[in-house]
Amino acid sequence: MTKQLQQLDRVVIRFAGDSGDGMQLTGDRFTSETAQFGNDLSTLPNFPAEIRAPAGTLPGVSSFQVHFASFDILTPGDAPDVLVAMNPAALKANLGDLPPGAEIIVNTDEFSKRALQKVGYAVSPLEDASLAGYSVHPVPLTSLTVRALEGHTISKKDAERAKNMFALGLLSWLYHRPSESTLAFLERKFASRPELVAANIAAFKAGWAFGETTEDFTVQYEVKPAPMPKGDYRNITGNVALAYGLVAAGVRSELPVFLGAYPITPASDILHELSKHKKFGVTTVQAEDEIAAIGLALGASYGGAIGVTTTSGPGVALKGETISLAVALELPLVVVDVQRAGPSTGMPTKTEQADLNMALFGRHGEAPVAVIAPQSPADCFMAALEAVQIAITYRTPVLLLSDGYLANGSEPWLLPDVEALPDLRVSFATAPNTPDGRFLPYQRDPETLARPWAVPGTPGLEHRIGGIEKADGTGDISYDPDNHHHMVVTRQAKIDGIPVPDVAVDDPTGNARVLVLGWGSTYGPIGAACRALRKRGLDVASAHLRNLAPLPANLGDVLAAYDTVIVPEMNMGQLAHVLRARYLVDVVGYNKVRGLPFTSHELEAEVERVLNDQH
Amino acid sequence: MTSTELPLRLTAKDFKSDQEVRWCPGCGDYAILAAMQGFLPELGIACENTVFVSGIGCSSRFPYYLSTYGLHSIHGRAPAIATGLSVSRPDLSVWVVTGDGDALSIGGNHLIHALRRNVNLKILLFNNRIYGLTKGQYSPTSELGKVTKSTPAGSADWPFNPISLALGAEASFVARTIDSDRKHLTSVLRAAAEHRGSAFVEIYQNCNIFNDGAFDILKEPETRDAALIRLEHGQPLIFGDKCVVKDPRGFGLRVVPTDTVAASEIIQHDETVTEPAYAFALSRLPEADLSHTPIGVFRNVTRPVYDDMVRDQITAAQTAGPGDLAALLRTGDTWTLS
Repeated sequence: MTKQLQQLDRVVIRFAGDSGDGMQLTGDRFTSETAQFGNDLSTLPNFPAEIRAPAGTLPGVSSFQVHFASFDILTPGDAPDVLVAMNPAALKANLGDLPPGAEIIVNTDEFSKRALQKVGYAVSPLEDASLAGYSVHPVPLTSLTVRALEGHTISKKDAERAKNMFALGLLSWLYHRPSESTLAFLERKFASRPELVAANIAAFKAGWAFGETTEDFTVQYEVKPAPMPKGDYRNITGNVALAYGLVAAGVRSELPVFLGAYPITPASDILHELSKHKKFGVTTVQAEDEIAAIGLALGASYGGAIGVTTTSGPGVALKGETISLAVALELPLVVVDVQRAGPSTGMPTKTEQADLNMALFGRHGEAPVAVIAPQSPADCFMAALEAVQIAITYRTPVLLLSDGYLANGSEPWLLPDVEALPDLRVSFATAPNTPDGRFLPYQRDPETLARPWAVPGTPGLEHRIGGIEKADGTGDISYDPDNHHHMVVTRQAKIDGIPVPDVAVDDPTGNARVLVLGWGSTYGPIGAACRALRKRGLDVASAHLRNLAPLPANLGDVLAAYDTVIVPEMNMGQLAHVLRARYLVDVVGYNKVRGLPFTSHELEAEVERVLNDQH
Repeated sequence: MTSTELPLRLTAKDFKSDQEVRWCPGCGDYAILAAMQGFLPELGIACENTVFVSGIGCSSRFPYYLSTYGLHSIHGRAPAIATGLSVSRPDLSVWVVTGDGDALSIGGNHLIHALRRNVNLKILLFNNRIYGLTKGQYSPTSELGKVTKSTPAGSADWPFNPISLALGAEASFVARTIDSDRKHLTSVLRAAAEHRGSAFVEIYQNCNIFNDGAFDILKEPETRDAALIRLEHGQPLIFGDKCVVKDPRGFGLRVVPTDTVAASEIIQHDETVTEPAYAFALSRLPEADLSHTPIGVFRNVTRPVYDDMVRDQITAAQTAGPGDLAALLRTGDTWTLS
């Protein structure tokens, strides 16, 4: 039949199913097809911490949301326009997020009496009025898939499992996605089992053909490619970008990268990724605990490697004492905190920004460190490079604050020219540094205040360092009161002296009286909210902090230039607290900790409320 | 190997740092330090290629007094930090100096994991059975019932036997020696240095302030011969008028008067027994008063070394040349906008 072709400028699709239904994979493939097509996009995976929660239950629902558009976008989308629900639990768990009129593609095969009861549906929502107001496409995905795979020599279970590829085929048809990369992916994924390659490809094609022929789908959609800078792209998640940034830092510094890590959600994927890159001289050690992990990294730094440890909030808490040691030893160290909802175990797979206080202040003694926070999944690459650059230049620990959303979310990434990446080469000390031929391990570079990085094995520079306060210059143990004060002040001055770029303000009309300031992963929703407000003729300025310590030199002036400063954070006001204390500015917090990124709509509403209060 | 370079000729003086030693007068640590400074030259390893890493406690001040590279870290973490250094720097000789509190209490986890991995570290545990630097609390090796500042009614903690613990972690080299016996101490250090992999050495060390005389039974001329079992590879385990034989009950060993058994029943010491059970049985011989304490090398076996395996993986990955960063960034699906 002939289908209508409708142009859209943006679509948000959410794939939802049981943890075992392969929704992350389906979403990932749809994303890849969409990226290949040239749309701008942003994704938000959302999955339970349990590996396999009981099948068919609400806690077992796993989803993947992708937002794609013909223009540049900043967020994975507030609400899905399309929900693909593989079972009653997936429908029930996600229905509340759907705006009226949204399309729901639902796998009717899974709506058995038992499955409905499991999630508390007395009557099937497909049969009463509960889905009125939505455009529902009931599709027997499982049985259609099984029928399409008749004649394939695979088990019934394997045939049923291919239903996610049927759904992907249908959605790929519906949104005009190129399918070559998915077919190639299936060839790779099941290379050792050719019968599964054939079955999954057949399921994908059957889903596509179903869309073409069924009368249920009368409209096919097209979202034109977005105008984006020329160049080569790939889609990338924050965790992979961060790992690549660390590999790149090793290449650009010509130093070996050494990762000590203990598995923890949502940071483990960085360990997994770096473990693959031994070719680049990257050593990874899975330590016996979080404290050992940072100890290993610090030991490697002492020996002249780029010592890195990756973890989440609970791990940073355990590493605190060693971070303070690294502050005292003045050795390079990169500590990556992929923040998750806390306190304690909290919600390990859900995002939050509540470790800022710990990063800035969470140590004993006066133990200043540099803190940097990437603003988007792809930005994790440059943030990692910058963290290493600061660590090895200033011989200091650097805390890199990613979060669960950045870690697993993805976006297209314009591949950088490797040769144009910063040159991170530094010099080890090789010779005595006093006129009388002695070596003083704490004789500082007057420019950076960094002490020499004198690695064991260098003849003539043998020295002893430790956690006990040292006399500046000689590094000898010192309990001298004035020296201790001097050392505390000097370590702080070293961090304060790290050059960071001025914060840039986006205020297109120049008339804004309200500034929205964010840090970390709120960059996307804040930017989208401000764009929407400006489109409606409202004046609002926005700015974003990537460097949390030291803060940009112009920040005080920027804050003072606006009547009101709004600081949205996925915590209870940790940056706001710092800004109030430091700049005496009465900032307005917007604080929510739901384990999910802000929606641009809620920020838009909040900023508008503040704007209205002004008048 | 032929070399036109003269071999290094270092002396004890070359290994003395310019720092004033600040242990209490009479501390057993002085003797260990002197033995170490005297012994290091014979290794032929340059000062700059030797690193001492320590934790916290009296013993952990050790690195300050040697002219090698030294890192005085934090409580219990020395084995972890030293592992990072040793794995990333195969050219270095890395030593860990620790105490009974540092290694067995706060740092117990790192110790057992370094030993089971068989990291190429020489770990010297100065055991004085007391907390010294914090002024006299009982330690994880203090005897049951020990009265200290923190246990006025006596300790209710069953003590660790460090040798048994190390053997439980399947340490590939396990030895014990005594601070006051310089000759024995030096011979054990030498064997430890020659061992590739983790070498664990417990050194009985007297704290003359808080636990004076803890090891007197093993030191005094009138008691030591009947108390000390000197382990020598290939030699029968005979000391004083006693010897070590298999215990007919269970799987252990026991001490009996030598004239009550046939010579063939006396155990010949073999430090190379692969199964750690034999060395473990030896480690169980001491009585509560430390009589029947073996000193020397309990176990000295070869097994894969963690550092080597980790580095071999990297070397293997690089055989086809170093990584290509631009190619890495393009892994997976890419597309071009022109």
